[in-house]
Amino acid sequence: MTTVDNTDVVVIGSGFGGAIAAYHLAAGGARVTVLERGPWLTADEFDQDFLLGSSTTRIFDFTVGNGMSVLGGNCVGGGSVVYFAAMPRVPGFVFERKGSIGRRMWPAALSRPTLDPWYDRVEESLQVTKSDWNTVPYAGGLFGAACAAAGRTANPVPTCVNADECVNCNWMMSGCKYDAKKSLLLNYLPAALAHGARIRPLHEVQKIVRTDDGGYRVHFSVLDEVDYRVHHETGAIDAKIVIVAAGAGATPSILMRSAAELGPMPAAVGRHFSGNGERLNTAILDEDKVREVLGLSRSDGVPFEAGQIGKGPCVATWDDLDGSKPEYDRYSLEQLYFPPGLGTILAQVPDATGPTWFGPEKKAMMAKWQSWLTIFTMIEDDNEGVFGPPPPTGNSYRVSQQMFGLGSLSYDPTPNTLHGWEITDAEVKRIMERDGLSKVMPWTNDLVGAYTVHPLASCRIGDDPATSALDDRHELRGHPGIFVTDGSAVPCALTVNPAMTIAALAERAMPGIVAALRERGVDVSYGAPTPEGATSSRAALQPHLLPD
Amino acid sequence: MSLTDEQTMTLEAYADTIIPGEKRGPDDRAIAGVATGGGAVAAGALDILQTEAGGLAAVLGGLADMLDKHVLAYAEEHGIELDPTAPPFVALSYQDRVGVVSMLCRPGHPEKQMWVNLAMFSNMAFDTGAHLSTARAFETGHPGLLHLGFRRPDSDGLWRFPEYSYRRPLASPHPATTPSGSPA
Repeated sequence: MTTVDNTDVVVIGSGFGGAIAAYHLAAGGARVTVLERGPWLTADEFDQDFLLGSSTTRIFDFTVGNGMSVLGGNCVGGGSVVYFAAMPRVPGFVFERKGSIGRRMWPAALSRPTLDPWYDRVEESLQVTKSDWNTVPYAGGLFGAACAAAGRTANPVPTCVNADECVNCNWMMSGCKYDAKKSLLLNYLPAALAHGARIRPLHEVQKIVRTDDGGYRVHFSVLDEVDYRVHHETGAIDAKIVIVAAGAGATPSILMRSAAELGPMPAAVGRHFSGNGERLNTAILDEDKVREVLGLSRSDGVPFEAGQIGKGPCVATWDDLDGSKPEYDRYSLEQLYFPPGLGTILAQVPDATGPTWFGPEKKAMMAKWQSWLTIFTMIEDDNEGVFGPPPPTGNSYRVSQQMFGLGSLSYDPTPNTLHGWEITDAEVKRIMERDGLSKVMPWTNDLVGAYTVHPLASCRIGDDPATSALDDRHELRGHPGIFVTDGSAVPCALTVNPAMTIAALAERAMPGIVAALRERGVDVSYGAPTPEGATSSRAALQPHLLPD
Repeated sequence: MSLTDEQTMTLEAYADTIIPGEKRGPDDRAIAGVATGGGAVAAGALDILQTEAGGLAAVLGGLADMLDKHVLAYAEEHGIELDPTAPPFVALSYQDRVGVVSMLCRPGHPEKQMWVNLAMFSNMAFDTGAHLSTARAFETGHPGLLHLGFRRPDSDGLWRFPEYSYRRPLASPHPATTPSGSPA
């Protein structure tokens, strides 16, 4: 027996797209329920532990597709809890990209200048700060020095990690125990709760259907807290507006599964997926050359041996973010950390005489793991990902109790994408092998296909109904009252880390969603300050409050 | 589902092909012995494969049997005479074990995904010891974490690195960097 609840807005997912919506709509006076399929953990529950069943697997999903594997958050706070918190704005030329459709992919209303005010809000909300070299970990410093030696510039990347609170443990993919990373658990979500929003963890939405009054009924099942393959009771909530923000790897599955009862989806639902053009190279450093060539030495005299130390990506080189260059020739390179578990198997042995990803030579390479430097590439890919029919529930056939599943996404890189990876592999090699500094190989794509930690564009905004699922207000074409505000709305690969842009687009979508609610008779207003602004205000007010 | 001795040996040999280790004794046939120190097997590959959490436990016996069938075809194709006193995959030389694993994990092989899964869990046993809490893995001298040089936590079980930075500018920023530190 399915019980049916009732609210003004159901938000599916609690990552950037969901949390921002939940806050603004609740603050404006709407009744908001957030359905999140992952668990709800706080800092004291984040483990620094590889054990299956620890927070490392509870809050993270690894979904292997056909030619593309997607890594992402699976918890209240979504990607913000597991990500590395790099928050650059997107270079202006990206908004002019045409991709393979031969015309501008972004809506005419969007450009860097029109998005900048929304970036400003996110910067304040998430406490994004400009990093400096004094707090850049060894790995970032080394990459910066290697870039400089190769004639390139390099920038400390803006992040929402508080450098004073961070202990550089590099466990941030398992959740930050120190709350140094300003995830959504610390700003938008508590602010939404303070305004009456409800968050229901372990609630996996399966489909959306229409109700007779013009609203929607959202069907969910409640997942077992340990074994996500096990579904307990089912339920449904009726709402006037539904915001789908399950992430670019999951939003299409919900919409495609709903099509049987909702009616046909726009052609772009589940198509034009982008992996943000991502690829990794591993450099195995010659420690002596680090000292000789780059003049680097830690305080204890060791040149590097610091692969484990740090806070994810901290330094990037942006010389090829050059709008005068042709599309597919523009990219950024960024120093990264990837923990063991998934972070060694795809790395390949340079100059191997036997197999490159396993065997004795790979084992010998792993003995130098502390001298590995991982370089992250973000190119312009061709939006070539396509989702197949959705699995019966969720967005994958779960293999393990947690984390690991098989999805329906196919990705066959076009010559443009392959070109981007080829020129960036060559440039990483040029930077990192110069003067014998290291030996470099890209990660293999033979095992799990390409891979991305930044899935995008599987339900994108645009002006052209043939190639975009959403209008420029993020409303799903042909289904008034359904909005999509997560990474799937971003039209294309961004050449930089996308969280800042996903969040800014969600902020920008809010006035339109408030208007849609008002059209449906909900007494709601728009104009709440950023949650951090409110927090700052309350903190400033505190000394002036009279005691009881 | 419990594994037969032959199935266990076959899966150990597969894991040992991914991250090889040294033989556990003179009669050890599953481990090829092409590397020094513990490999995936000593790191707990069979333990992690048999965890309920991993999700492969129920199919392991079937995978071992399928692997041996592939080996029979491989041996015939390559004119290899298999020693009948060991399971077929175990009877192969390390070089031929590599040949079989490479064939099964090759893009386009219809069963690729399941053999890649087996390789991933074997590798994960070595690089994380994920069937154990990481504290326990260190207590037991987990060969993979030690091989990687993964640093031990502080006494409270948490990692902190007070020394973490060269603490000096090491490159010039891009000239078009915005005041907030982003690309223009």
